[in-house]
Amino acid sequence: MITLAAPFTEEKVRALKVGNEVLISGVVFTGRDAVHKYLHEGGKLPPGVNFRDAILYHCGPVVMKQDDGSWKATAAGPTTSIREEPYQAHIIKEFGLRGVIGKGGMGDKTLAACKENGCVYLHAVGGAAQVLAECIKNVRNVYLMDKFGAPEAIWEFEVADFPAVVTMDAHGNSLHKEVFAKSQAELAKRL
Amino acid sequence: MSELQNSLLELIRRTSAEIPDDVNQSILASLEQERKGTIAESALKIIDQNIQLAKRKSQPICQDTGSILFYVDCPVGFDQIAFEETAKEAVKLATKKGFLRQNSVDSLTGVNDGTNVGPGAPVFHLHQHRSPELSVRLVLKGGGCENVGAQYSLPNEKLQANRDLDGCRKVILDAVLQAQGKGCGPGILGVCIGGDRATSYEMSKTQFLRLIPDRNPNPKLDKLEQDILKTANELGIGPMGFGGKTTLLGVKICAANRLPASYFVSISYMCWAFRRQGVTLDEDGKIQKWLY
Repeated sequence: MITLAAPFTEEKVRALKVGNEVLISGVVFTGRDAVHKYLHEGGKLPPGVNFRDAILYHCGPVVMKQDDGSWKATAAGPTTSIREEPYQAHIIKEFGLRGVIGKGGMGDKTLAACKENGCVYLHAVGGAAQVLAECIKNVRNVYLMDKFGAPEAIWEFEVADFPAVVTMDAHGNSLHKEVFAKSQAELAKRL
Repeated sequence: MSELQNSLLELIRRTSAEIPDDVNQSILASLEQERKGTIAESALKIIDQNIQLAKRKSQPICQDTGSILFYVDCPVGFDQIAFEETAKEAVKLATKKGFLRQNSVDSLTGVNDGTNVGPGAPVFHLHQHRSPELSVRLVLKGGGCENVGAQYSLPNEKLQANRDLDGCRKVILDAVLQAQGKGCGPGILGVCIGGDRATSYEMSKTQFLRLIPDRNPNPKLDKLEQDILKTANELGIGPMGFGGKTTLLGVKICAANRLPASYFVSISYMCWAFRRQGVTLDEDGKIQKWLY
């Protein structure tokens, strides 16, 4: 198990390899379909959000307002990342992301952007909304909630020991490509 | 709050927070089988922890609380309109309480009004039967697994799939290959052979009402189910697509009549976070027993 703690530098990210299990600690921002489309079309990040050397989490959480006005993430697993494939490479490059957390993996464009810009894809366990919500120690802020609604908003989470697996590294390797090719070959033998 | 609304709220809460026992047993068995020290085993351990934690905290197993699918078997003369109205109120309340995420978006405006009620949401399948019993089954099916569902029209030249059971086998296994880990495997397949496009998909989903270890009473379909389960688990896709031994937990197949011109095979994929519960209700709407 490897600790990946803020600040998320290019050096730390480039040291990671496909198959590494990591525990992430620091600030992560959520962003999913609406945010990706918006940024890709030239939308500006709201004041207070900076993706430079940051980790973006493909997640639409359940977040409940507490009696004292603060927020609590009560369910927060990853959403399927491949939907952001048309946009992700641009956003990694343009905004300087060092990591993308999601599930299901991404395609060649994102893989190339990871290599070129020093970014990794971190696969969290899909559906594990409770285990992962427990790792969110503090909901620092929420942005674009009125525009996109709660699941699609940008949430700023402080996480500790958030578990994920590096499935696409900054060296052009993808576990998803590897498993697809192997499983395709195995299937061909059985048809 | 009416007794019926109260019962439906509890059905939603329990469906969202507690995995049914047959699914849980199946996941635990796959955890035993996975090679120790692999990322596949780690993923299954996290899944196991998550199941326990969600139940203990009475919180959603997965934040994507999914399409809300009600399957109701009701006696003749039952007021279906009143039932739907009450169920919609229960859904709104369950959303306020956080058992369901604000999960329903107006497709034209993009607006999410936060209620989970709107055109086509929730979904009701109401059927009369000649029994005084009222049973309500609920499936919450997340978008990740819904997106990897697939419908094939046979023959399919690319896959060399003809209009026979071998052709069905080929396209179902292709769906498993294409899904990889994107539907949050290990998954469960619900399949319908035949029907028109809409009923075929709809019937594929009714297969999720079956218990994982059950066997198909039709010997041909049973053989196909067992074959696909075994073959899929030899492909090495594994939990979350990380590689590993468990790609599927179950395969459930039904058949519907088709037109001579059409031959659809519809495959619905259910994630490991298989949220399915059911209750029988008495005349006042009070829960009599749990069905899973």
